[in-house]
Amino acid sequence: MGHLSNARSIITPYRRPDPSSQPVLLHEPYRATIRRAPRKPLILLPHTLSEVTGPVYGHEDITEGDNDLTRQHGGEPLGERMILTGRVLDDNGRPVSQALLEIWQANAAGRYLHVKDQHPAPLDPNFTGAGRTLTDENGCYRFVTIKPGAYPWLNHYNAWRPAHIHFSIFGRGFATRLVTQMYFPGDPLCAIDPIFQSVRDEEAQQRLIARLDLETTQPQWALGYRFDIVLRGREATPLET
Amino acid sequence: MDSVPIPSQTVGPYFHLGLTEKHSAACIASSAANGERVWVTCRVFDGDGAPVDDAMIEVWQADSEGKYNHPDDLRGKQSDPGCNGFGRLGTAADGSCQFETIKPGSVPGRAGVPQVPHLNLAVFARGLLNHLYTRIYFAGDPGNEKDPVLGLVPQERRGTLMAQPDPARSGHWCFDIHLCGELETVFFDV
Repeated sequence: MGHLSNARSIITPYRRPDPSSQPVLLHEPYRATIRRAPRKPLILLPHTLSEVTGPVYGHEDITEGDNDLTRQHGGEPLGERMILTGRVLDDNGRPVSQALLEIWQANAAGRYLHVKDQHPAPLDPNFTGAGRTLTDENGCYRFVTIKPGAYPWLNHYNAWRPAHIHFSIFGRGFATRLVTQMYFPGDPLCAIDPIFQSVRDEEAQQRLIARLDLETTQPQWALGYRFDIVLRGREATPLET
Repeated sequence: MDSVPIPSQTVGPYFHLGLTEKHSAACIASSAANGERVWVTCRVFDGDGAPVDDAMIEVWQADSEGKYNHPDDLRGKQSDPGCNGFGRLGTAADGSCQFETIKPGSVPGRAGVPQVPHLNLAVFARGLLNHLYTRIYFAGDPGNEKDPVLGLVPQERRGTLMAQPDPARSGHWCFDIHLCGELETVFFDV
């Protein structure tokens, strides 16, 4: 074999999502976008090996119990206990296995265990608010946590974020990297939240909302919510590069 | 369920809790890795030129021979076990963070045209509703002139993708990311 850089490689690029399924970058009601959102058009980058590969995680990265945010301390956290489960699929409907999911959230009072969070609500000595897990061969994941509270922020007068859980997901390639937020069904704050509303399309907004699931709910113990996550899938045709 | 990708949302100001407090990675390639050792300092600025102290940068790169640590890189041998290929850091009060790694090798591009050594970056921050993709190239690499991806970028903006060597410290490179404003960095639609 010759030098590696001269070897040909077969890649299968990822499909690009319809822009309407995504937030706009500059959304002035969310004030932080004004000084941070790029104004020049992004430059279209046809996928190469650099984009279709990405960090791959093994079981060694995850510790038993990392997906149970209610058992990371001596006692149980305050709040409404919940089971959060779902599948990670690609947009061809195929499960994404071994995907690393990382979540972080406020406690039941709406306070993050974070030095920059100055909301005068109590911290919970039994709750950190961070967890991680890998999807199984069917793309399934499961967390146990408590429902986070809504909290005020300084975006505009009397601004409150709807209750939400942050999700970070590594699919198979750097191109499928995704960070998002999960919201709760029926939350009236979503309608007036500039971050949620940065996604204009109503069907796309619905994809950010978990649904209450009685099959996941465990009697006398915890409500169950389902939150399925679709990542970009591959195009139909591989490409020799 | 339908099969349209889920929308992105901002990483927000509190991502450290879930992503960087316990799971950051400053060292992309250990001292056991082959190749030219480099330290890359990234600095993030907003449109007013103020440092962004709550950004997160993720790096993905090939080893010194241009092989990615990934099953979809089907060429030849295993990648260098010393080069994990992934880095992740939050920025400090001055908007900076520093990665230690090795200079990657050339990797294949489209139509068999090789790409010059580069690091792939994703930038996350409060105020970014989707993460931004960019790349770091090494200023002065004679291959930069012919690189197929740099060729997609208007000449006058290519400089925004070049890490500059620190004349005072051998092996140290600096890369400034301007999210917007006059010096706006080139970001890619990946």
